[in-house]
Order: sequence, then C-alpha cells, then structure tokens
Amino acid sequence: MQIEMKGIDKSFGTNQVLKDAGFVLGHGEVHALMGENGAGKSTLMKILTGVYTRDKGTVIVDGTQVNYRNPQEAEKAGIVFIHQELNVLFDLTVEENLFMGKEIKNRFGFCNQKAMRQKAEEALGRLGVHINPGEVMSNLSVGQQQMVEICKALMVEAKVIIMDEPTAALTQSETAALFEVIQSLRKSGVSIVYISHRMEEIFELCDRISVLRDGTYVGTRNIPETNMNEIVKLMIGREIGERYPQRNCKIGDTVLKVSGLTKKGVFEDVAFEVKAGEVLGVSGLMGAGRTEIMQAIFGNLSYESGKIEIDGREVQIKSPIQAMKNGIGFITEDRKVEGLMLEESIEKNIALANLPIISKNHVLDRKKERNLVKKGIEELHIRCFGPSHECNNLSGGNQQKVVFAKWVYTEPKILILDEPTRGVDIGAKKEIYNIVNDLAAKGVAIIMVSSELPEVLGMSDRVMVVREGVVRGIIHKEEANQENIMTLATGGMI
Amino acid sequence: MEANKKKITDHIQDLGALIALLLLVVGISIISPEFRTGSNFLSLLRQSSINGLIAFGMTCVILTDAIDLSVGSVLALSTALCAGMISAGVPAGAAMLLALLIGTALGAVSGLLVTKGRLQAFIATLITMTVYRGATMIFTGGKPISNLGDSFVLKLVGRGNLYRIPIPVILLVLIFIGFYFLLNKTTFGRAVYATGSNWKCAKLAGINIDKTKIIVYAISGFMSALAGLILLSRLGSAQPTLGSGYELDAIAAVALGGTSMSGGRGKIYGTLIGVLIIAVLNNGLNILGVSSYYQDVIKGIVILIAVLSDRKR
Repeated sequence: MQIEMKGIDKSFGTNQVLKDAGFVLGHGEVHALMGENGAGKSTLMKILTGVYTRDKGTVIVDGTQVNYRNPQEAEKAGIVFIHQELNVLFDLTVEENLFMGKEIKNRFGFCNQKAMRQKAEEALGRLGVHINPGEVMSNLSVGQQQMVEICKALMVEAKVIIMDEPTAALTQSETAALFEVIQSLRKSGVSIVYISHRMEEIFELCDRISVLRDGTYVGTRNIPETNMNEIVKLMIGREIGERYPQRNCKIGDTVLKVSGLTKKGVFEDVAFEVKAGEVLGVSGLMGAGRTEIMQAIFGNLSYESGKIEIDGREVQIKSPIQAMKNGIGFITEDRKVEGLMLEESIEKNIALANLPIISKNHVLDRKKERNLVKKGIEELHIRCFGPSHECNNLSGGNQQKVVFAKWVYTEPKILILDEPTRGVDIGAKKEIYNIVNDLAAKGVAIIMVSSELPEVLGMSDRVMVVREGVVRGIIHKEEANQENIMTLATGGMI
Repeated sequence: MEANKKKITDHIQDLGALIALLLLVVGISIISPEFRTGSNFLSLLRQSSINGLIAFGMTCVILTDAIDLSVGSVLALSTALCAGMISAGVPAGAAMLLALLIGTALGAVSGLLVTKGRLQAFIATLITMTVYRGATMIFTGGKPISNLGDSFVLKLVGRGNLYRIPIPVILLVLIFIGFYFLLNKTTFGRAVYATGSNWKCAKLAGINIDKTKIIVYAISGFMSALAGLILLSRLGSAQPTLGSGYELDAIAAVALGGTSMSGGRGKIYGTLIGVLIIAVLNNGLNILGVSSYYQDVIKGIVILIAVLSDRKR
C-alpha cells in the first residue's frame, strides 16, 4: 500500500499544530517519522487514521483520495495505529484481546472458543512468538503485550502499521525480537511507519526518514545517504552541538552510601556510593530491579535488610517524607503516572514538593509560591502560557522540566533520576542534561537510571550495571563503553 | 491559550450552577407568593444548614477520590449518645462537645479502614454506615430519647437567632468560610487536592496520603455530628432513624456543585450552591404542593441535567 499525505493543516482552537504537513509512504518500506515533541507526528498519524479530521490537505491511498471518518474505517482499509500507550485490556486474556469486537461466533450466536483459540495460536505462531493465548494480558511483559498488538493488527490484514515509540518500554532482547518481526513484515509487503526518538534504532531499522518541524514537513532522506547530524539539524532547524554537554565540576565527599540492601526476589546485597557533584549512571535491562532499588532508597518500597548512610550517618528511611527530610529528591520513571498531576496547573505541580518552603504554620504564602513557580519556569525554560497552564497540554520535554522544577528547589543533597529523558525530544533532552550538570556543579549527588546507553555513557562519571537485582559492576567513565555495559547487563563477565 | 480558554469555561461552569439556582428562586417566587417571603427564605436557609454542613465534609472526602456513606449513621449515633448523656444528667454543653468528639472519632474509623485496612472507600463506609446504625438501634433500643431538659446551649444551636438570623445559618456561613480557607489557603488543602488528583505523585512529593485521608474522614464525621446537634436541638429528641439517606443529599449537593467524583477537582462554593439548589427545590416544591413522590423525580432530573452539563466541557 502506498500513502501520500499532502498539505495537511490542523488547528485545535487557535492553536495550529499542523501547517503544510505530509509525507509519502512506499510499499513495503519501514519509514521513520521524526521531529521534536509537539512537531505533529502523532497528530499527522491520527489524521491519517481518522482519529482527527483535517482542516485542509489531501490523503491519497493507492491512487485514490480517501477520508477516513474514524479508526475503524482506516482499519478496514488496512491501516492500523499501535499507540505508545498500548490499547489492551489488561484483565482479559490474549485471545480475548485479539478478538475484541470481532469474536468468532457459532450458529447460535455464542462465542466459538475453539475456533478463536486455534486462530490465535496460528497468528502468534506466524509472528514467531511464544505466548499462550489463554494467558491474562497483565501477566505478560510489555514486549509481549506489544507483540499481541501487532498480532491484532495482522489479524485484520493490515497493510500499513503505524508504531508510536514501540521500543520505549522494551528490553534489549525484546527490541531485537520486534525488529525481526518488523523485517519479516517488510518482506511480506507490509509498510511500517515508525515514530521514535531513538536515532540509533532508526538508522539500524528504517529505509527512509521524514522529518516534521513545528507542524510542517521539512524533508525526507534515504538512510544510507544521511547521518544523525543532518537529521537533528532538520528536526530543530539548527545545530545543537554536542549531544551531551561537558561538565567540569569538582567531585567531593561521599554523600550517599548504600550497603547490603536486600529485598528477596527483587534485589540483593546492593552496595554503592555517590559523591557530591558526581553523576552515577545506572544501567541494566528492563526489569533488572534498578527502579526498585531507587524506590527503596526513597522509602517508597520496603526492603528486608541493608544500610543507607548519608554524609556518613546511618539513616532510617521508611517513607518519601523521611527521604525528603534526609535530602533526597526523586524524579520518577513515568511522569504521567507518578511524576505529575496532569490535570493540574504547572503552579500546583511545582508547589507540591515545596509546600514546606512556601507555607508558614501550614498556611500558604501565595507570594512566595508565585515567585518560586516563576523562577522555576524561567530558570528551567518551561515553554508555557504561564503558571496556570495545565500540564496535560505540555509537550513531554516541558512536562519533564516541570517535574525537575518541582524538585530542584527542595535543594536535595541527592537527586535520583529514573529515565529522565524518556519520550523527550532532542532539544529538550539537552536542556535536561544542562539542568543535571548545573545541579552536579552545585554539589548535588546524582543517580541517573537510564535505558539509553548513549545517554548513560555521555552523562555519567561512573556507571553501575544491575542485572537481576544484583550489582554486576561499577565502571569508570574512562573504561565504560557499550560493549562492557551490555556484557555485564546480560550476565557476562568482563 | 488553551489554558485561558479552560479558565473561561470554568467560570461559565461555576456561573451555570449559580444561574440555575437564581432561575429556580425567581421562577418559584413568581409562581408562589408564599415562597418569596423573607421568613420563608430564612427557614429555607435554616433547612439547608443540615445538608450543607454534611456536604462540606463530604466535599473534602470526595476531593481525595473517596466517598463517605456513613454520614447519616454517624449523625444518628453521635446524636443518640449525646441525648443519652443529657438524659443521664451530663451537662448539655459537655455532652454536645463529647458528641462532636465522638463524631470525629467515628469518621476517623472509616478513614483507618480505608487507609490502614486498605478497603475501598465505598465498602469501608458501607460497613461503618451499617454498624453505626445498628449501634444506634442497640443504644436507643429502637425508641427515641426525648427527656432532654431545658438547656440553653442545646436550644440555641438549632432554635436560636442572632438579629433574626437563625444560628444554624450563621454556623453554615462561618464554617463555609473555614472550609474555603482550609481548602484554598493551607498545605492541607493542597494535600487533599493532590491526593485526589494523583495519589502516587502526591506520595512521592512527600504528601502523607494516609494522614490526609484519615483527617478528611474525621472532618466529615465532625460535620455530621454537628449537623446532628442542630437536628437534636430542633426536634428535642434523638430518633434512632435520624439522618438515614442524608448521605445521598450530601453527595447530590457535591455533584451539583461540579466536584469530580473521581477527586482532585471541585470547589467548596460549588457545593454551597448545590446545597442551596436542593434546599430551594425541597422548600419550593413543598410550598407548591407537589407530592413528595414527584419531588424525588424532579430532584433526580435536576441532578442529571447538572451532571450532563458538567460533562460537555
């Protein structure tokens, strides 16, 4: 199937998100759609699949002009959108998810379990994945859930599959498996639109890249004829220079020392230390227990044994409140679930962790609050209409900056960052790295958990590798590289 | 821009409930000369105070994404105990203070079940609602307690006036101001909204979720007990069935006021307007002689319209 989108305009109210956007998708190609957050990639795809209606422009599929009024029509035509937040029902089985709304019925109108089971097994088998169709969705890993979504797309005989950040929550091996599936789909003539921020992946997987900037189509490049720098330049309209800004700061005394931290079956005998002004990267596969270790240090997850020392003094941390009293800040992995009150203003969000600072005897000092929030918006360059801007309507990068603003002013001695740039575009990423560097320069000890190896390597003074809840090694910046980190993360020795 | 727009529609929404209230008042006033008298308005306000006090507490609970079904039973039990103490010779003032404490404690128990007992709010308060009602029946033996003596304080709470304004109305206004301050100007208020908006986020930002929830239930219990004292004063006796169904009127008022049933969003003045709408309907429909069967249907329809207009946003 070939798709051509031309001159697409779309406004929400007075806010124009697309002007003259478009791209051309060829038959059986893997086509990356790139652009900063808010560039309009998802909106463009939602217009293609009939989630939104366009204000202007044409969509041509296999030579005929089309106008899908809803995702069901697009699906009938063979275009399926797999969203970043997977569209699965977690309490139902794989099979029930696959046949949702398309159940095979026998002549009495009852569901034909046997026929469905058989067809589900067939379809999963074709993808080469081993998933029991009777398994409840929530028992599967995110990677497996994604495979079920792809399977669902194939069962409606999709000719075009749109994937939005498919690897954001996948482990290395799941990503590899996904890429294999994508390659075999391409061979069978299915076209893939691949939306991602991960340059390395796109250069490995895709045939062509189309770039959107501020809602406008900028250009398309063949992968073999381009490079990352050119794409970045297309995306942001200028050079950003070093992806990982230099940090020159003095590393001081040990601030946090963890030893023997154990929670059976989750993490065991975890020991490490972080110094003032240092960034300790934490690498490992998804599910290795990195997040759990950090949650335990922050008092949000109980543990069985172990010792946490801050500034050489043993501390007892049983709740986030105690962690904050001991000078720890925590920026969580998932800003939408744990980091922000999405329906609240920037102001209320930034204020939340700073209530003690902006109040006296539990009564809020609105002037102090306004000043603090204003400072946060200015210093962290949060792009918004003002303090009352609802966080829902911010781009991922700006949302993440709000989370940072929430913590920066609590003046933590130790700041734990869990996937600080997930789903954040390149420009905003660099701004976040600058914030991290500024904090380190002020003497904050920083722990940065990240699944993006280039980021870990680019930002850390030392890298701690965790595998199956055990610290497999701590490597100094000079010696760290992708190979030795991955070797440790997957169970090898260096 | 989008943020500004939201604000404007927010204001229209707030105004919407107010306009509905004014329309009702003007409409019924035109039809009924009895309705539009000063003394009727005062008695309407006095009638609204019971539901108002309970609904203020309920608002706090609902803002944290919870519910309190036990308010009517807390009212009954604390009132019965108060009456029991008075008829046993305890000074009325002391008995009333104790009743407020008891109400607070009964509310806090629901809060403990929800937090430490990890029960769903609906189930937890369904349990306390049932148990407290049963306890009231046991304590009273199913009969009203009426020999309450001639205490000035007790009479004052429900029947007193200050410059012709009934004391319950004055209480309602003062407590409204208190709640406005609590929810908008204190760190506790922020904790209430944050808990309902996203408790995971709030917890990680150093908010004590459990404490916040226990306190809102305690507040709800206190408000129920206070409403009970006004009723006791007005009726002169404690009925064991007192307050049954009051949770529904309170929840209706909160919903009419635009507070989200899933927490995090809502305003205390919205609840006040909701309370007044219900009071005007009750009072007005009575004066117009509408049968009470029809009254419930009409009230239901008004709530439906309010909730639907809320959703359109």
